[in-house]
Amino acid sequence: MDLSRLRRVDDTCFTLPASAGESRAEVRFYGDRELLAGMDDMVLTQLGNVARLPGLVGAAMAMPDAHWGYGFPIGGVAAFDADAGGIVSAGGVGFDISCGIRCLRSTLRLEDLAPVLPALADRLYQGIPAGVGEEGNLRLSPRELDAVMLDGARWAVGRGFGTPEDLDFIEEHGRMADAQPEQVSELARRRQRGEMGTLGSGNHYLEVQSVERIFDAAAARSFGLREGGIVVSIHCGSRGLGHQIGTDYLLSLAKAASRLGIHLPDRELACAPIHSAEGRAYLGAMRAAANVALANRQILAHLAREIFAKLLPAARLDTLYDVSHNTCKAEMHAVDGRERLLHVHRKGATRALGPGHRELPPPYREVGQPVIIGGSMGTGSYVLAGTRASEAMAWSSASHGAGRAMSRKQALKRWSGRPLIEELGRRGILIRARSLRGAAEEAPGAYKDVDRVAEATERAGLARRVAFLRPLVCIKG
Amino acid sequence: MSVSYRYFDHEADIGIEADGKTLDKAFENAACAMFAIMAEPATVLPEREVRVEFEEADPELALVTWLNQLLAQARLHGVVLCAYELRHSGVRWQGRAWGMPWKGVGERGTEVKGATLTMLKVEAIPRGWRVRCVVDV
Repeated sequence: MDLSRLRRVDDTCFTLPASAGESRAEVRFYGDRELLAGMDDMVLTQLGNVARLPGLVGAAMAMPDAHWGYGFPIGGVAAFDADAGGIVSAGGVGFDISCGIRCLRSTLRLEDLAPVLPALADRLYQGIPAGVGEEGNLRLSPRELDAVMLDGARWAVGRGFGTPEDLDFIEEHGRMADAQPEQVSELARRRQRGEMGTLGSGNHYLEVQSVERIFDAAAARSFGLREGGIVVSIHCGSRGLGHQIGTDYLLSLAKAASRLGIHLPDRELACAPIHSAEGRAYLGAMRAAANVALANRQILAHLAREIFAKLLPAARLDTLYDVSHNTCKAEMHAVDGRERLLHVHRKGATRALGPGHRELPPPYREVGQPVIIGGSMGTGSYVLAGTRASEAMAWSSASHGAGRAMSRKQALKRWSGRPLIEELGRRGILIRARSLRGAAEEAPGAYKDVDRVAEATERAGLARRVAFLRPLVCIKG
Repeated sequence: MSVSYRYFDHEADIGIEADGKTLDKAFENAACAMFAIMAEPATVLPEREVRVEFEEADPELALVTWLNQLLAQARLHGVVLCAYELRHSGVRWQGRAWGMPWKGVGERGTEVKGATLTMLKVEAIPRGWRVRCVVDV
């Protein structure tokens, strides 16, 4: 990205000041100069478009892992005030509504796992439905699907998938309020048939990881992490139902914006005022999809526990945290010393509440919310903790992953699935992938340097590093 | 059958571009490009038929609707598609597509979640039509 238009605020904050002539609010990037220089110019273009949307409060922001997306950049954060004409954008949430990461910490240590690692990889591969066209074993009646859309992970726990303690460590206690299943199309409902409890493909994964390094001992203790401990991370979203809601509302909101006189610099920013019938309908449907995603990750966590229990009966896997990174949430934030209700879009960005926040579960209240920066098969992941500073900087938001540095097309030219999997195997990372093409597209080298992203996230003050997780087994769709 | 499509770079997802002598043929080729991301077309047999039908005045929105309706129908029927036929008259679009159940497919690719409005373009070119958009994977 050409940085000449940006003004340096400090080493990890760069801004394009608001321009009345361009009818544009401030655009702000968090990340070091090298990360920003490596971003495509389209990230700045897309963020500039977001900064022109009605009712934006503060700046349109990019996290250190930002990359070129559709409509919003991935890693984009933007908050809107409904009472100031603010909008909700389907493009600001994306197709995979409430995609996120469930992180489970175990009572296992690396030495417990080493003898059974290949067998564990094989059983996870057999037992976790993953990949395009793959279906799960669960079939829901229309009434049950309504219940999932209303109650999210709480529904799943009620059906015996996991325990009530899991709910304490999921955003919003596993249930996004104010979901409206009646705003979800019949087609979206039918697309979910066979997709509950499935991982999907692309960048989704289930990883078994070891805690290789602790950065913040006190926070690690609160999160139950210790060096050499074993963690399981599950990255997936709302599956077919969410994809169809994204599809349905992308078109209807694009048409609504035109009818309501909202100028869209990019039609993918399809949006409507929050205080409009169209805006309310999308929010109701989006929240229903978020609940499906929460239930989906709850079911997958349960399946993972069952597989572990067969090989390692003494092991316990407790939920460390479950956090979504494709959302629009109604949240209270301090703006110029006054609490205001904002609709915060985080597209490929993680909510990162700082210490003391009332929504945090008691064990984490002193250290802040766990923030999970997912890795890329070969490189590793980070657990961080939210900071108080992030509230004023980015509506309590932080990075969500390594972030792509290369297109899938370029990745396919450079890597082939089989040799890549063999190479990772030689490095002690067991990959079980249903698609060799998918594995090549997801080659670790196609992503940014996750260490640099995590470090920049910490240096910017968005979240602080707690632990580094090294991949041992990765199940890909 | 002439199939003319290609992919263009997009950092997070995949850009598809297709040509055709007619607008309908360009749309059909765009569908080939999209489903080829999910499975190698040569390994898919046209055993089962799905149908799509919609009304749309805007050709660009029609392209996205066509692709997304195919994705939805394929998912509902548990099939992956390999052959397409589309006819339009004014705002009315009627299409058919053929494919086979996933169970019989060998090497699988990457799931396409939806066709987006990003870099969406439908344009006349000297010998027909060119269409493009980014699909989310």
